[in-house]
Amino acid sequence: MSELAASSRISVDDAPQDAASALQAAERQQAKRRWLLLTPALVILLLAASGPLLIVLTYSFLKPGDYGGVIWQFSTEAWFNVFLQEDIFEETVTFSDAHLSIFWRSVRLSLGTTLMALLIGFPTAYFMATRPASSRDLWLFLITIPFWTNLLIRTFAIMEVIRNEGIINSILIGLGIIDTPIQMMFTDFAIMLGMLYVYLPLMVLPIYASMEKLDFRLVEAGYDLYATRWRVLKRVIFPLVKPGVIAGSILVFIPSLGAYVTPRVLGGGKNLMLGNLIELQFGQGRNWPLGAALSITLLAIVMIALLAYVRNVSRQENTHG
Amino acid sequence: MAEAGTSSQTRFSIKRQPGFTTIAIVCFLMLYAPIITLVTYSFNAGTSVAIWEGFSWRWYEAAWQNEQVQDAAARSLIVAAFAALIATTAATMAALATTRTKPYRGLTTVYALINQPLMVPEIVTAVALLIFFAVIKVNTGYQGLGYLILAHTAFCIPFAYLPIRARLEGMDLSLESAAADLYATPWLTFRRVTLPLLLPGILAGAMLAFVISLDDVVITEFVKTPGQDTLPTYMLGQLRRVVTPEVNAISTVLLTISVVLVSVFFFLNRRKR
Repeated sequence: MSELAASSRISVDDAPQDAASALQAAERQQAKRRWLLLTPALVILLLAASGPLLIVLTYSFLKPGDYGGVIWQFSTEAWFNVFLQEDIFEETVTFSDAHLSIFWRSVRLSLGTTLMALLIGFPTAYFMATRPASSRDLWLFLITIPFWTNLLIRTFAIMEVIRNEGIINSILIGLGIIDTPIQMMFTDFAIMLGMLYVYLPLMVLPIYASMEKLDFRLVEAGYDLYATRWRVLKRVIFPLVKPGVIAGSILVFIPSLGAYVTPRVLGGGKNLMLGNLIELQFGQGRNWPLGAALSITLLAIVMIALLAYVRNVSRQENTHG
Repeated sequence: MAEAGTSSQTRFSIKRQPGFTTIAIVCFLMLYAPIITLVTYSFNAGTSVAIWEGFSWRWYEAAWQNEQVQDAAARSLIVAAFAALIATTAATMAALATTRTKPYRGLTTVYALINQPLMVPEIVTAVALLIFFAVIKVNTGYQGLGYLILAHTAFCIPFAYLPIRARLEGMDLSLESAAADLYATPWLTFRRVTLPLLLPGILAGAMLAFVISLDDVVITEFVKTPGQDTLPTYMLGQLRRVVTPEVNAISTVLLTISVVLVSVFFFLNRRKR
């Protein structure tokens, strides 16, 4: 912070005669001050967030070491192995079924989670936004609390509910509806339910933010023109809160696609998702370059989704603004 | 409560949508029931997680006396405290440099860098840090907590930055001009005017950073040197087929910390409005 004081003193001492260059000098001072203030944050982020990504990119073009790590030789083998595999005896190239099925599972479960979250989250956000202003903060608080609580703990909590000796099965057996527990753990359903549970607030929050600004006079106008409730919802409310819906969907889809903890705990090591496949390459797989290539692939998918979102938002701002 | 949204003037409620209230109530129940169950069973006297055998502090005592838990808890707190402190300081400085200013060259890049931890999937960052720190570990031989603190600081920065920036943007510029008019130096203006006004934002940012660091699993799991468990990675490691009641007890304590800090954050922010 002492730069602030120092810079002001310098600017007084160095004050040139003519006003224009004085202004320029002041601006230069300000720019210098700004970058000094930014230095700590940028150094930390470059060191522990952006920089390492470049190392990952580099590693994806190297050869795997025998016991993890890499051999510094250029190779595109890792990228080849992301989707393809080569049969060394028949010398044929085929799609890698194992990897493709994991990619497909990740995309399918993430889309399913997003859709379920939308089906539950939209009415919930609507409910919250139509409460009296005084109690809205309380509902917002109630949806925020799970969002800030530990993801691992929430995953454990959902496990308590669905495992064979868990709440659902105990109740169903107690009521005599079933004799043997329904196997829910270690299935794709468990993973999807878990992701829905942990990411649901991320859907509700942005939809609520757009819904809160909704002008209900427009809704009233719709009814005055004899629209049904469904029609008002579809033609008036939904288009107006669409930015929130898109933001929520992106916010749920992206972490679902890269999920690691939830599929590890609820999928039980059999039903892998991309995050687990990546981890495997750094653990038992000992194929760091492949893990790096898979990471970059995941990052690329996420970036494409984000770019599509940004373009969508700026287009909407252009048409409405 | 269910029909509270009904407009008082008209009998036909324009705000009602059939089934929405029911879905919302199911949603809130779905969010809270599992957590409440977990908390309840942490007080269960029995070993089974499913059958209630009476109230007891047994699992809390077990966790409290477990040396591994003690170590992990201490490590979690140290890492979270350092990460929150450094991240909040860096974020405050960055917020001062990025708000209330005309757009300048590089500003977009700065935003992108600050928000990067929010956009890049955690597993990718985790892997990137694993590789990067492996190189440093081999070359320097340093194995300490520094790696965890650095990694946590980086992903805490955006969480600390957002409330501070929001607070700065809502601040009245005329107060600082007034101070300058009264011949206060920029440093004095900052210390006596800007900083006190900014303090709620800084506190909020620090608390969010602390909670985020305390809760992190994925990045810690990849960055830690063996034996450097934090509470979340310890709990993940304990997981076999079931969650032990001891882990339930630790979870409840962690939950309480998060809920208390987030509540404070929520009400700090609310008073501003």
